[in-house]
Amino acid sequence: MMTRESLLNWAMIAALLIVPLAAWSLDEPFIITLATKAAILALAGVGLNIALGLGGLISLGHAAFFGIGGYAMGILAAHAQNYEPLFNWPFLFEGSNQMPLIWLVAVVLSALAALVIGALSLRTSGVYFIMITLAFGQMLYYFAISWSAYGGEDGLSIWVRNEFPGLNTLDPIQFFAIAYVILCLALFFAARLAASPFGLALAAARQNEDRVEAVGLTPFKLRLAAFVISGAITGLAGALFADLNRFVSPTMLSWHTSGEIMIFVILGGVGRLYGPVAGAALYILLEHLLGGISDYWQIFLGVLLLLIVLFARGGLIGAIAGREKAHG
Amino acid sequence: MTYILVLEQILNGLQLGVMLFLMAAGLTLVFGVMGLINLAHGSLYMVGAFAAAAVAGWTGSFLLALIASLAAAAAAGALMELVVIRRLYRRDHLDQVLATFALILIFSEGTRWLFGSFPLFLDVPAYLSGPVSLPGGIEYPLYRLTIILIGLAIAAGLFLLIAKTRIGIQIRAGEADREMIAALGVDISKLYTLVFALGAALAGLAGALVGAIQSVQVGMGEPVLILAFVVIVIGGIGSIKGALAGALLVGLTDTLGGVFLPQLFALFMEPASAASAGASLASMLIYILMAAILLVRPSGLYGGSA
Amino acid sequence: MAEVVLRTENLCKSFGALKASSDVSLDLRAGEIHALIGPNGAGKSTLIKQIAGNFRPDSGRVELLGRDVTALDTVARARMGLGRTFQISALAMEYTVLQNAVLGALGGQGRVFRFFRNVMKDPALLAVARDALERVGLADAADRRTADLSHGQRRQLEVAVALTLKPKLFLMDEPMAGLGADGSHRLTGFLDGLRQEAPILLVEHDMDAVFALADRISVLVYGQIIATGTAAEIRANAEVRRAYLGEEDAA
Ligand SMILES: Nc1ncnc2c1ncn2[C@@H]1O[C@H](COP(=O)(O)OP(=O)(O)OP(=O)(O)O)[C@@H](O)[C@H]1O
Ligand SMILES: [Mg+2]
Repeated sequence: MMTRESLLNWAMIAALLIVPLAAWSLDEPFIITLATKAAILALAGVGLNIALGLGGLISLGHAAFFGIGGYAMGILAAHAQNYEPLFNWPFLFEGSNQMPLIWLVAVVLSALAALVIGALSLRTSGVYFIMITLAFGQMLYYFAISWSAYGGEDGLSIWVRNEFPGLNTLDPIQFFAIAYVILCLALFFAARLAASPFGLALAAARQNEDRVEAVGLTPFKLRLAAFVISGAITGLAGALFADLNRFVSPTMLSWHTSGEIMIFVILGGVGRLYGPVAGAALYILLEHLLGGISDYWQIFLGVLLLLIVLFARGGLIGAIAGREKAHG
Repeated sequence: MTYILVLEQILNGLQLGVMLFLMAAGLTLVFGVMGLINLAHGSLYMVGAFAAAAVAGWTGSFLLALIASLAAAAAAGALMELVVIRRLYRRDHLDQVLATFALILIFSEGTRWLFGSFPLFLDVPAYLSGPVSLPGGIEYPLYRLTIILIGLAIAAGLFLLIAKTRIGIQIRAGEADREMIAALGVDISKLYTLVFALGAALAGLAGALVGAIQSVQVGMGEPVLILAFVVIVIGGIGSIKGALAGALLVGLTDTLGGVFLPQLFALFMEPASAASAGASLASMLIYILMAAILLVRPSGLYGGSA
Repeated sequence: MAEVVLRTENLCKSFGALKASSDVSLDLRAGEIHALIGPNGAGKSTLIKQIAGNFRPDSGRVELLGRDVTALDTVARARMGLGRTFQISALAMEYTVLQNAVLGALGGQGRVFRFFRNVMKDPALLAVARDALERVGLADAADRRTADLSHGQRRQLEVAVALTLKPKLFLMDEPMAGLGADGSHRLTGFLDGLRQEAPILLVEHDMDAVFALADRISVLVYGQIIATGTAAEIRANAEVRRAYLGEEDAA
């Protein structure tokens, strides 16, 4: 049975494909780039939503994983373009301009970071958790600023976009295709995850921790696993985002980025699988439309966000599709 | 020679510490009494600094500038509480985070719109500039010393306020049990607005005082806000005593680490890489401190259960 | 004498000046229902929480299936076979009734770190879950949202979730509360049969149910057990009559 929400989900995913295709046939590369950006930011939101929507973990530190993914790309590509190995010992490790390898490194590193940050911050809950994830994210931000070997505050540029076997990644529509396919795979994965034994237990731990413990499951382990998966997906989005811009800087790690990723999730509707897609698309649209009218467009974004939080808690999808929930 | 340097840096650390305390006190009070996490606290710091810079530019009086910072931040805080914050007390932390993040966007961009993107400058008045000789042969900037003293005086005043006055009793009762104090006939929404405005005024004053050492610009409140979060996580959320202990600990660690870690690394590394490795580690030091304290005491030095 | 499944030895627990448990020693034997009664605030739930592992006692020990579990957490004790219902329903309110039961079955089975298969299509888990719902009489409500259930139905669901764990003993904190005469009558019949599967430590205010069911009754007053015995012994006990049944009709 097709609910209104799933109809809307399909419509969104289709629109995100049709708009850039139309732009391609009209030769409007800028619009393709905007759609690519929306797809990549939505991917970051899909990652966060696993922790936030499913697990109820209010992480204000997901920029850490986004930025680690970005720096994984930047550092590997910078070494590849300068023909300098990253390290020689204990084995030779060269830079790379191959996207699949870069993605693998980005996912592994951000998952590891999420494991460490999660293991520390999940010992706490409530406001402590929010503040601690924020603080750890900020720690990496300051670290990146002080790390002069990779550009410090100025960031790190690479000259050409990395390669994907069989595709010309410099062609906007082909790079869009990569981002879009990854987004669809991540959505598929997130949907399976939400319906899996793990998803059932994780979302139960959000609703009632005592119950989960009483049936012999450990909320901490469930949450840590969710946090790692969540961080890994956001890290992958970071690698793609850096590749889109051919640039990575500490800004990707700043807490504003964490806030923005959270905004994508919320604008769309918390806990809704496709919420980040709606949210990221809306965000890009607002940035583009309002940003054209006023340099201070973020005032409007702030007001809109405030109104949604105070008066329309289901977000965009909630407003259109009603109160039913995607998860659980 | 080196001991003078060390003492000087300890004073710098104290100065950072008391400023952090002014920020953290408001945050932790608002959390303790109202159960609210306020990300926009850094915006109030910024409002105070801008108000001070504007009034100082106008009148030339530093004292009036400080008064303006208190008044403007308190007014902005009260307004914020009346219009937005009081709708959030019964909401979950996620809504509080989002709404106050939205407030940051509004305040930051609004300030940029009013004052432009260029930093303003707030000058230290003549009667407070220049060094002063301290016992032990230390020459220390008079202004920074004044900041330390003002901060300590406010800390003492705050402890007195909470321990001795009617409002303090109401605040403590409010932390324990909201229904209880409502039943005692205290106008709880007035109390909340008052507590919020008080915290805002302290943040605004800190912004003005620091604004005279650094520059006054949009976004200046955010690094301080995050340090203040680290402070109250270390001290224990809701505890004023914890905020003071945490603030001094963070202020000293950050300042001393920034100066001495590169020197320490230089003992066994070549100078260039020692400087950069030392700086990198120093930038992470307070977070490492926070992680270490959390491992031992998940709810902070003076926190009850979270 | 039947095997001892659960034993507490000299449990003490204070909240500030309040002694919520003082020197509580009791046991639960295979095949029995051991009821724990006492006035409001006597410390019954506090005792249950120490047995389940939510509270660490100030002193004393808890022994489960012959093993000292005082240092173990709630999860470890649940895994050893302790099935529990809460005085204040602890359920996943956004879930359907069936989802809550499947959660229990999943916990009982223990293989939670599976990320791809659809848990609501797992025949083994569904069978356990549906069977438990059937037994407490909630089969018809399987697809309803838990938040929409009546208070009494939530109590039934609590029992069903505990059943899905196939526990070696039950701790039940006021399972009859809010059930109404009809419901508590049915649950009484059900618990009567359940003791064959696993013994029950039953906290209950419904005296009809207690006296009808319990093999033994312990009376807790101000954190202390003042008497333990059969229903007849407790009825006859002078101290109990004074301290507890005094204000009730001790039929
Ligand atoms: N976490 C706690 N902190 C402080 N005091 C507590 C706590 N839990 C229970 N108490 C107190 O301990 C005493 C025993 O409470 P408990 O809930 O065990 O009683 P009970 O026998 O289950 O009562 P009821 O029949 O009302 O459920 C009460 O006075 C209660 O206020
Ligand atoms: Mg009780």
